[in-house]
Amino acid sequence: MTANPAQNIDTKDKIVKQATGSKALLDALIQEGVKTIFGYPGGAIMPVYDALYDYNDQLEHILVRHEQGAIHAAQGFARVSGKTGVVFATSGPGATNLVTGLADAMIDSTPVVCITGQVFAHLLGTDAFQETDVINITTPVTKWSYQVTNAEEIPHVIAKAFYIASTGRPGPVVIDITKNAQLQIFDYQGYEKCLHIRSYKPKPEVRHAYIEEAAKVINEAKRPFVIYGQGVILGNAEQEFRAFIEKGNFPSAWTILGMGAVPTDHELSVGMLGMHGNYGPNLLTNECDVLIAVGMRFDDRVTGRLDKYAKQAKIIHLDIDPAEIDKNVKSTVAIWGDCKETLPLLTNLIQKNENKDWLQKFKDCSIKETEKVIFPEQNPTSEILTMAEVLKYINEITHGDAIIVTDVGQHQMVACRYAQLNKTRSNITSGGLGTMGFALPAAIGAKYGAPERQVIAIIGDGGFQMTLQELGTIMQANVNVKIIILNNQFLGMVRQWQELFHHNRYSFVNITSPDYVKLASAYNIDAKKVDKRAELKSTLKDILSHDNPFVLEVMVGKENNVFPMVPQGRGVSEIILSKEEL
Amino acid sequence: MKKEYTITVYTENQIGLINKIAIIFTRRKINIESLNTSPSEVEGIHRFTIVINETEDVVRKLSRQIEKLLDVLKVDFNTDEEIIWQEMALYKVAADVITEKVKVERLLREQGARAVVIRKDFIIFECTGQREEINNLIKTLEPYGLLEFVRSARIAIIKKSDGFHNKVKDFEYRVPSEALVENEFLDQNEGIFSM
Ligand SMILES: Cc1ncc(C[n+]2csc(CCOP(=O)(O)OP(=O)(O)O)c2C)c(N)n1
Repeated sequence: MTANPAQNIDTKDKIVKQATGSKALLDALIQEGVKTIFGYPGGAIMPVYDALYDYNDQLEHILVRHEQGAIHAAQGFARVSGKTGVVFATSGPGATNLVTGLADAMIDSTPVVCITGQVFAHLLGTDAFQETDVINITTPVTKWSYQVTNAEEIPHVIAKAFYIASTGRPGPVVIDITKNAQLQIFDYQGYEKCLHIRSYKPKPEVRHAYIEEAAKVINEAKRPFVIYGQGVILGNAEQEFRAFIEKGNFPSAWTILGMGAVPTDHELSVGMLGMHGNYGPNLLTNECDVLIAVGMRFDDRVTGRLDKYAKQAKIIHLDIDPAEIDKNVKSTVAIWGDCKETLPLLTNLIQKNENKDWLQKFKDCSIKETEKVIFPEQNPTSEILTMAEVLKYINEITHGDAIIVTDVGQHQMVACRYAQLNKTRSNITSGGLGTMGFALPAAIGAKYGAPERQVIAIIGDGGFQMTLQELGTIMQANVNVKIIILNNQFLGMVRQWQELFHHNRYSFVNITSPDYVKLASAYNIDAKKVDKRAELKSTLKDILSHDNPFVLEVMVGKENNVFPMVPQGRGVSEIILSKEEL
Repeated sequence: MKKEYTITVYTENQIGLINKIAIIFTRRKINIESLNTSPSEVEGIHRFTIVINETEDVVRKLSRQIEKLLDVLKVDFNTDEEIIWQEMALYKVAADVITEKVKVERLLREQGARAVVIRKDFIIFECTGQREEINNLIKTLEPYGLLEFVRSARIAIIKKSDGFHNKVKDFEYRVPSEALVENEFLDQNEGIFSM
């Protein structure tokens, strides 16, 4: 594992050596610092797997149970580690199984490089066995996709792939390599990292004129409000961001992917934005006079109806991606650039400010929300367990130090509303695509990305059944993740909508589950089911100190709803705290 | 308000790029009126000229999305007033009809068309110009039995872009360039983010 890769590599300084395309590929990965690969073999990628056999000491391959699991694991790995995740898959069905994860990584800006095997070049376009047009299938959901048919291209293309995936606004890359190129022996000249592509400028030069203009607008503000997204984390700008909000004393709210960039209990953290976000930040979006958006893309789950969104405010938008600026919300001043560079410049120019009364408004909202929603959710009077109290105990036990991986649905919203996170890169969730089945494999990847940290996956009974085969991966590789299934015996989020907007017509949301304890034991994983409050906290405590993976099924209220909520088609300030307000 | 816009795209000469660009339009259900692609004056760099009918806002957003593609160097969009544009068309007519009617030849001369091929059985005329000119010639030839007609996509030169050729050359030679790119539209708020 710790061998110095350079010693095993043919470099330019040494004599040119003959290598197969597959060997050149693996050398390239090692040179890029890759240690972990998530993958699944097959006919069209066998030469690569064959070469892998000789690289056991340097490259760890995790055999997943489905290619979707491989890419979600790579995403989890990338999100917690900040490094690029790597996936191997074979051609045809192997490659198409990656598509969901690619789309997910694309929309959530996750750096992933997927290597797919492809049929021999002379068979391309003939409907050969397991041939699919991988490039055309994946183009709309990748930052870059490229087919290699000649081994000589491999070192350069892999270098490009890593450069593209990890720089600027990160994203997924697919490199499809035909079998002949994997087998081909060529003069291997060694590996050189890519530092430049003439048609690709990862980040623009920061222009001071915009910073000055923005600072002027901010300094004139009476009610400035900061909203931040994953851009802060992707830009490694957590410190810079914190210095910015602390100097201006700006109330700051996070998007689901920005969560954790500053500790959730920071005094300027006023909560989560969006459809199931907190009351204050949503309501007061329509009362601020300057809205400062940092590394976020005004997703419709955040803005609600655009024509009712922050119409009174001047908008300052900091983003690295020029295509995001003015895409959904027109900015007054746009600061195009890497926020790690732009934020300190802006911080320098803004005045210190107290914003006392304005911050108090957020506190008032928070008091109201706590009273009407948060306290009753976390301290229920009935015997039925709630998702919120599970999160409350997790916070008490972990003190906010764990990585929380969530699937998609009510439990996701509850986890993101209630989880306490002290560290950045601790909230791993499928934000943009909302992919059920994401959490279990993503948690596996997260554990590889941060082996020293506690990884807790919180998953609904529906989403768990979408990729539960990855329990096999956990069993085989003994991945120490804690899996908490919040079982409400429904596809809860859909049921909530059916209740609120479709007159309780529960159409196909009633989902039965297998016996999860038995299921886990079939996979040789310890498991327990809890449905009583008395047992909940102590069980959580036990499993979180357990040395091995654990599956905990918690039976929660069947028809609990997530509130507050900005109903579809409404403005953010039309947020409701209960069903009665609908 | 929707208008005719001409989008100019400079790209690497890469397999599959037409598709990558086309996807950006199809995903938004935008119809491409005309599309021309061919090598530019610089080796390895291609130039696309795409005509669509859309609002300025949509065109700007589209242009940014196209410019995001890895192999795209630069995107510009212009209204008809900002460009000089031409299309070419070929017209095939039966030779006997045409030769009988001398007046037609004069008409052609008046419309700036010329004969490309003269055979016993048919003659092919060519006309280069804007849409009306090309359409006028169709109207003129139709009574004499227009057998076949084809029109090319638009090509266009941007009036304001004196530095274009140099810029393209610059892309060519800036390898490796400084990692950062200067924002040349500093004073044009609207243009800021279309590099
Ligand atoms: C792959 C996929 N299919 C369908 C959906 C639509 N969907 C969103 S939430 C949800 C229900 C999730 O149910 P469950 O996993 O039990 O979680 P809960 O909402 O009950 O917490 C569904 C079906 C989705 N997001 N992803």
